[in-house]
Amino acid sequence: MGKETGFLEYKRKDPGYRPKEDRLKDFHPVELRLTESEILEQAARCMDCGVPFCHGCGCPLSNVVPELNEAVYQGRWREALDLLLQTHPFPEFTARICPALCEGSCVLGIHDQPVSIRQIELAIIEKGFEQGWIHAHPPICRRKDRVAVVGSGPAGLAAAHTLNQKGFQVVVYENASKPGGILRYGIPAFKLEKRIVDRRIALMKEEGVVFETGVEIGRDLSTRYLMGRFDSVVLTGGARQPRDLSVPGREQRGIHFAMDYLVQQNRILEGEEIPKGARIDAHGKIVVILGGGDTGSDCLGTAMRQGAKQVLQFEILPEPPLTRSPSTPWPEWPLLRRDSSSHKEGGERRWCIMTESFVGKDGSLEEVHCAKVEWVSTGKGLGSSPRKIPGSEFVVPAQIALLAMGFVGPGRNLLVEALGIELDSRGYMRRDERGMTSQTGIFVAGDMSTGASLVVRAIKDGLDVAAGVKDYLDE
Amino acid sequence: MSVKSVQGLYNPRYEHDACGVGFLANLHGEPSHALIEQGIEVLKNLSHRGAIGADMNTGDGAGLLFQVPHRFFTSQSDSLGFQLPPAGRYGVGMIFLPQASEARRRCMEILEGTAKEEGLSFLGWREVPVDSGVLGSQAQREQPIILQPFISAAEGMTQDMLERKLYVVRKLTEKRTDRIREQGDIFYVASLSSRTIVYKGLLTASQVPGFYLDLADSEIQSALMVVHQRYSTNTFPSWSLAQPFRYLAHNGEINTLRGNINGMRSRERNMESELFGLDIHKLLPILEEGASDSACLDNALELLVSAGRTLDHSMIMLVPQAWGSKYPMGPDLRGFFEYHAGLMEPWDGPAAVAFTDGLRVGALLDRNGLRPARYTVTTEGFIVFASEVGVLDLPQDKVEERGALRPGQMILVDLERHHLMRDFEIKTRLARRKPYRRWVEENRISIHGFFNAMAPVEPVLETLILRQRLFGYTREDLRMILSPMASSGREPTGSMGSDQPLAVLSEKPQLLYWYFKQMFAQVTNPAIDPIREELVMSLMTFLGTPDKILSEVPSHARLLKLRHPLLSNEDLQRIRDLKLEDFRCKNLVMGFPAHGSGRDLEDTLDRLCRRAEAAVIQNHRFLVLTDKDLPEHLTPIPALLAVSAVHQHLIRKGLRTRISMLLESGEAREVMHIALLLGFGASAINPYLAFETVAHLALKGELEVPMGVARAMENYVKAVCQGLLKVMSKMGISTLRSYRSAQVFEAVGLNSDVVSRYFPGTASRIEGIGLEEIAREANCRYDDARDESNRGSTILPCGGQYKLRQDGERHLWTPKTISLLQRATREGDRTLYREYTRWIDDQSRKQFTLRGLFRFKKTARIPLEDVEPVSSIVKRFVTGAMSFGSISREAHETIAIAMNRLGGMSNSGEGGEDPERYLPLPNGDSRCSAIKQVASGRFGVTAEYLVHAKELQIKIAQGAKPGEGGQLPGHKVNAEIARVRNATPGVTLISPPPHHDIYSIEDIAQLIYDLKNTNPKARVSVKLVSQVGVGTVAAGVAKGHADMILISGYDGGTGASPLSSIKHAGVPWELGLSETQQTMVLNKLRSRVRLQTDGQLKTGRDVAIACLLGAEEFGFATTVLVVCGCVMMRKCHKNTCPVGVATQDPTLRKRFSGKPEYVENFFVMLAEEVRTYMAELGFRTLDEMVGRSDLLEMNDAIEFWKVRGLDFRRIFYFDEMAQDSRRNTTNQKHGLEHALDHEILKRVQGSIDTGNKVMVEMPIRNIHRTVGALVSSRIAEKYGHKGLPEDTITLRFRGAAGQSFAAFASKGMTLYLEGETNDYLGKGLSGGKIIVSPYRQSRCDPSENMIAGNVLLYGATCGEVYIQGRVGERFAIRNSGAQAVVEGVGDHGCEYMTGGRVVILGSTGVNFGAGMSGGIAYVYDETGIFDNQCNLDMIDLEWVSEKADQIELRQMIERHEGYTGSPKAGKILAHWVDELPRFVKVFPMEYKKVLGQMTREDEATRREEMVND
Repeated sequence: MGKETGFLEYKRKDPGYRPKEDRLKDFHPVELRLTESEILEQAARCMDCGVPFCHGCGCPLSNVVPELNEAVYQGRWREALDLLLQTHPFPEFTARICPALCEGSCVLGIHDQPVSIRQIELAIIEKGFEQGWIHAHPPICRRKDRVAVVGSGPAGLAAAHTLNQKGFQVVVYENASKPGGILRYGIPAFKLEKRIVDRRIALMKEEGVVFETGVEIGRDLSTRYLMGRFDSVVLTGGARQPRDLSVPGREQRGIHFAMDYLVQQNRILEGEEIPKGARIDAHGKIVVILGGGDTGSDCLGTAMRQGAKQVLQFEILPEPPLTRSPSTPWPEWPLLRRDSSSHKEGGERRWCIMTESFVGKDGSLEEVHCAKVEWVSTGKGLGSSPRKIPGSEFVVPAQIALLAMGFVGPGRNLLVEALGIELDSRGYMRRDERGMTSQTGIFVAGDMSTGASLVVRAIKDGLDVAAGVKDYLDE
Repeated sequence: MSVKSVQGLYNPRYEHDACGVGFLANLHGEPSHALIEQGIEVLKNLSHRGAIGADMNTGDGAGLLFQVPHRFFTSQSDSLGFQLPPAGRYGVGMIFLPQASEARRRCMEILEGTAKEEGLSFLGWREVPVDSGVLGSQAQREQPIILQPFISAAEGMTQDMLERKLYVVRKLTEKRTDRIREQGDIFYVASLSSRTIVYKGLLTASQVPGFYLDLADSEIQSALMVVHQRYSTNTFPSWSLAQPFRYLAHNGEINTLRGNINGMRSRERNMESELFGLDIHKLLPILEEGASDSACLDNALELLVSAGRTLDHSMIMLVPQAWGSKYPMGPDLRGFFEYHAGLMEPWDGPAAVAFTDGLRVGALLDRNGLRPARYTVTTEGFIVFASEVGVLDLPQDKVEERGALRPGQMILVDLERHHLMRDFEIKTRLARRKPYRRWVEENRISIHGFFNAMAPVEPVLETLILRQRLFGYTREDLRMILSPMASSGREPTGSMGSDQPLAVLSEKPQLLYWYFKQMFAQVTNPAIDPIREELVMSLMTFLGTPDKILSEVPSHARLLKLRHPLLSNEDLQRIRDLKLEDFRCKNLVMGFPAHGSGRDLEDTLDRLCRRAEAAVIQNHRFLVLTDKDLPEHLTPIPALLAVSAVHQHLIRKGLRTRISMLLESGEAREVMHIALLLGFGASAINPYLAFETVAHLALKGELEVPMGVARAMENYVKAVCQGLLKVMSKMGISTLRSYRSAQVFEAVGLNSDVVSRYFPGTASRIEGIGLEEIAREANCRYDDARDESNRGSTILPCGGQYKLRQDGERHLWTPKTISLLQRATREGDRTLYREYTRWIDDQSRKQFTLRGLFRFKKTARIPLEDVEPVSSIVKRFVTGAMSFGSISREAHETIAIAMNRLGGMSNSGEGGEDPERYLPLPNGDSRCSAIKQVASGRFGVTAEYLVHAKELQIKIAQGAKPGEGGQLPGHKVNAEIARVRNATPGVTLISPPPHHDIYSIEDIAQLIYDLKNTNPKARVSVKLVSQVGVGTVAAGVAKGHADMILISGYDGGTGASPLSSIKHAGVPWELGLSETQQTMVLNKLRSRVRLQTDGQLKTGRDVAIACLLGAEEFGFATTVLVVCGCVMMRKCHKNTCPVGVATQDPTLRKRFSGKPEYVENFFVMLAEEVRTYMAELGFRTLDEMVGRSDLLEMNDAIEFWKVRGLDFRRIFYFDEMAQDSRRNTTNQKHGLEHALDHEILKRVQGSIDTGNKVMVEMPIRNIHRTVGALVSSRIAEKYGHKGLPEDTITLRFRGAAGQSFAAFASKGMTLYLEGETNDYLGKGLSGGKIIVSPYRQSRCDPSENMIAGNVLLYGATCGEVYIQGRVGERFAIRNSGAQAVVEGVGDHGCEYMTGGRVVILGSTGVNFGAGMSGGIAYVYDETGIFDNQCNLDMIDLEWVSEKADQIELRQMIERHEGYTGSPKAGKILAHWVDELPRFVKVFPMEYKKVLGQMTREDEATRREEMVND
């Protein structure tokens, strides 16, 4: 390990963000970086556990966190990079946007602040790029087998990368104009700059992965074509079907799904033209965000940057405790109130609020009618359910309401329908251990099969399914 | 035959024995019957050193060896029926023959025929009159017919020629009766000689004269006699295993037996002897097949003596003293030892040997001197030598000398010259018999540049990773093994046991080394301290061993001498380049066709063996097996397999000694690897890839301390050497020369084809993989290395053996299991608990443990409510021994409270206990540990500590590091720990590897007796670690009256220890427990003791299986720590435990969050789970369930490819006809009622109650052992450690006191002894005062004569001792507070002492002050070379310059004079000013520092921290 008593000597240090006044003026990344010496000190806090929970329990990718920390502390950056890339194809993404499950299960976190694992990961991968250690590694030998990956989000990229490295000929189909999926379009640029995505796509292209963008399978390309040209297909279309809110007044203009709003902003930043009528612009408006999760938080930051007059974020669940809730003991991912950079930029968060109706004028939203709820035990087991508190109704004026209440499934998919792939009761494709659907040779990975989750889990699933594909094609 | 054959896991091969041994002689050579009677008397007085079997009257064996009683036979001539030739012209035998007349007749005919064939005339037989009535029932059943054949010499034969012929006759007859023996009949020649005869049998000492009626006849006369009383661990003692043998009686154990057998066997083919001529071939094999170690030693001695070497010369050749540079000796003697070291490897192990050829009789002690050996010489020319003094009443005014053999010393009585030779004379004569020194100097081959500093290796980077992968290197090998070794020169340390799968259950390709486990000494045989007692050890080795050992020529010394067995690349090159015609070198490649099958591997090995054979025949002297730069089409053969295959092949061909086998291997890197390769026959090793890897790490600057390549490599070599010493020492082996080929390993998971063919003689009890699988694993590594997709990768596989890695080796403790267990026990959540056990127990897909492959047979279940309640089951649970010091006070007390609430037992661990904890808390909770451990360090083991226990546990070994000691570094010894351990804060506390009062099986009986006397209410348990043979050791311990025996698995253990020990020493408890159960049931000893097991027990299923295999109680340590918050950091040794469990850091201790309730929850849920298994299996009580191994079977649904070969039938072996109970049903008979203390108590009890002074006088004898302990315990119970006022109880004794005189004596007791005493005086002295002075009528100079034995004041904590005379080895060992004055000590004085004051008014032996970290010794140094005798690693020697010191010293001497009247003390005091300068103050450096007496400059010197173990 790096330093035996490091964890007793040093405190955790987070890099913090750019000043609020400054960062609200643009969409550039808000998070600062630790200096190299600070990183070494943070790495020294790692205790190199005999049973590293970060690696064995927290990180879905099983990054070898203790060895990374040790290597960094000892200045073995190159080795750290090689080790990191062994388990993780794209550390530059998660190092910026991952909630860092590893840190949630860090042993030091039982009694102290966990090691800043994400920051160290960021330092390693960026050091790699800075030093020019990262360049394309096309596979040594090519196989004849061809694999199509449909979707270019984290799962798709991970699957494509792995299969390409194994020598398969990989084509990635993406219906948006640029590859990256949620990385490019879903996550706000102030959290993940898009040049980071571009950098990776460029590397992958250099390594031989072919990207076909603006193509929707089933519409632009026939299923038969796909099935004929490829030995295997991996579907990684995500789970972007948002949860809707069917309350009176839902049809008013000004009520949008959060993801539509976030995607649009990213497209604008990419220089795409958005028809005026379709633009969702929060400038000078009151915005109500329904949903207290990460997507909601991203909406909040975006609206603030657009110059909203006021932003409100409502959550139906109760406010989480400020420290780890006893319901999620270590090493589980702790339930606690997390304030993102966006939350620190303004807006107002409220909990235990349900939306009863939208009221508008001339078809445009003007008010959101809400009420307070309390959570009562359902009697059986541990569950509880919300109950409206009589007389707690209130009204907030709003011109924009953003629905950020999660996702319910992959939505309609022409390809899936055309192939008649079996679905489960929730609308997700059934798959076997290798990730293969009911249709031989067709695999599915990422949110599309697991349901909406974290980028890191999507990557992990992409890697696993790629192994399944190889296994299948090796037979 | 009575010796049972292999049954289940029981194998008679693993029996041990020890005993009492002695000889008597009349220097004038005048035979007398009185001497016979005295010999019998000696034997009887050694009775307590023997043992008795289950039928309570069958002894383990006893016997006498004396001169042929010619007068007696002459007197019998009427009944003989033939004419008896004159004395010396005939030989007489003592032969055990079959009861069955037909078989007996055949045996007799064979002997008669053979004698005639060899040109002798057979005179006739005499039936030896015996009285079977005195025998025990078992001995009676096995009793042979005992006859004496008389064979007359041929014309012109000298007596020596006759002796040789009789030897030939015996060997031939033995061979010719093989068939008869195979059929189960006995044919055993106890002796056949014209000079000596042996009367022995399966007897107790007192039965000997009653059984052999001859012995009462006054015509039976002899001038010498050797006697022996046997104590065997086995349960099926046999007539023929009784001693003495034909030439010797041996008290000890040969640890290197397998190596010695291999060595003798390989020399046989080339054996030549002028004296024997062609007859020599009739003697083969020299060593009797399947005989005991002592019998083999006798065979070897017989050969050497018969072939012309003198008795003393032969004996020294077999059991040489240590002759390293620390021993003062002249060049001639050193030359003698070096010459013979090249000729014969030592027969290594503790040994006191009495030997005779009928003309001379002598005794010798091995280099470690771990057996007592005392002798007395009278003015009338009579000498008696025995394991104890007081075995014979001698008129004290006729005693001329009282002596003891020191380590490595010999005495010899020459009856022809009427001369008693002492060690000095014997050895000087031998050293100058021939110009050995010159022979060695002139013939030794020196190679220019050999052993210069190692040249830096330049790694070949292009292929480094590929080669590392080829040999299975992992990142852990680099970071956790090689880097620490190269950085610090030491083996890396870890903690918290081992929870990964056994090699045979792992899916990762395993190196063959991982299928072997190190063996270690326990109970029958002490481990050695390779650090503090390094001087007795040696890694020196020769290349080019001569094989004609019966001759003595200069060319035998033509050898290449290596300081250690690791060859640098240049060394190897130089050997290859040697331009000597008789030292040519042959290279053989270790590779088999890539992707080849087991068959291909086998063929390759065959070829390799044949080519090796050819190389020897072509007169090559070196064979280099190499896997360097193998071509791409070859996979490396596992080096161990190749080495052992070739070694064994050459032994079989009788060629092994003609060649030295060097190994050039990329595979070997760890200490375990090197140890195995040497243990299976390699002569020296060049681990080139390890060198290269170390060099690479150094070049990249990746070592903890930046250093150059050369230094890193030196460090690596140093670490390997130290590790090797450690591996050898834990088996009690001192020299590499005898360790080589000794095969002290057990295989776990190799099938018998592989073992019998390539590793013959190695235990392997559950079968396992074969060559096919070995080849497959080697090919896996090959594939990994050659895999295209790995090309260019700089990252090795992770390993994951030592730390959890998702892509590495699997572990039972994972984030999942840890967090589930913690949550379940915190909340008392049964659902979570069940989930936890499911994760642990479900090994149907992936296996970790042997029990993972077990399955319960289907039986009729019973309703759960019929099963005994949780409250009674939890009483069978105990927690493991974890000392306060290794874990925090908070953790320690939490566990104790929980166990006391449940009615189970917690264990104090080794480190004493705060007396505050003996009192209950206000809420009624008790923090008192029910089990008090007595470990080798004896920290805080006082009378008070002992009386506050329900169980006293003697820790012989611990799972994490069996056979090793421990150390608590000074910086961890804070005020609290120091107080509890009776130590000084800041002073390092060392636990020696062995208990210094347990060197043998009879010693443990003694310690058990000591403890029982001190606390008769407590049960005494003995903790052993599972290894092959543990069952027989346990049987011996049961005979030594232990109430409970704990069998620990190798994988348990929370303590810090070297990684190689955690992973590679010992075997799983499933094997050890079932072996113990089976052996005990078979021996009918099971009913007397309880059995307990521990080692990675985690769930109710584990408990159920342990119970079925024989355990009645169950221990948990790691699991309980996890319940208390441990997250398996495995950093306990670093004091940085982040959850406050295993740390003394006050900040971290605050983080401890465990509660007694959690521990209670755990055990309650566990007991509930056990109940469900009981219901399932149909048992109402656990008692019914104990030992029902018939309900287990192998889970054949498991299909993992390596598992297929496993066979657990021997584990499940169940003797339906067993005549003994399968569980503990009765109590041991400790015989405490015979203790002298009961007599004493009658007269002092009133005084204990009132505090009034009392004085008692009584005689004492050596059979009165542990005198004073019971009285002391009464005081401690009533008054605690502070005891009574000084001199309240005065006890005066006269005579030779038995062992452990005044053990644990409390304050207020004063014990006077006039006479002499044996070992362990003042053991654990707790405040009492002991005065020993010689018999008043004695005419010997007290300061020159032995008055007390070895290991006095072991673990004494306070009190005073005055001894007027010399004492044996290890005086005041681990003393932590007593004051003592003595007039001379043996070797290793004041070893491991941590406190107190010792004054020595005479000379000391070597290695004084080794491991001495505290206290002060003042030594009167008349010679001025005392510093030569010291181990200066930890001590400074100073003038006694401080006034305070002078006063202290003077007062102590004054008191000594006052109590004993010592003339020597008087003389010194009378000339105080002149004598004072002769005193040297021995001042431990650490102690000095703590006392603030080190100068600032001195303190600033950076000392390398003492070796951390």
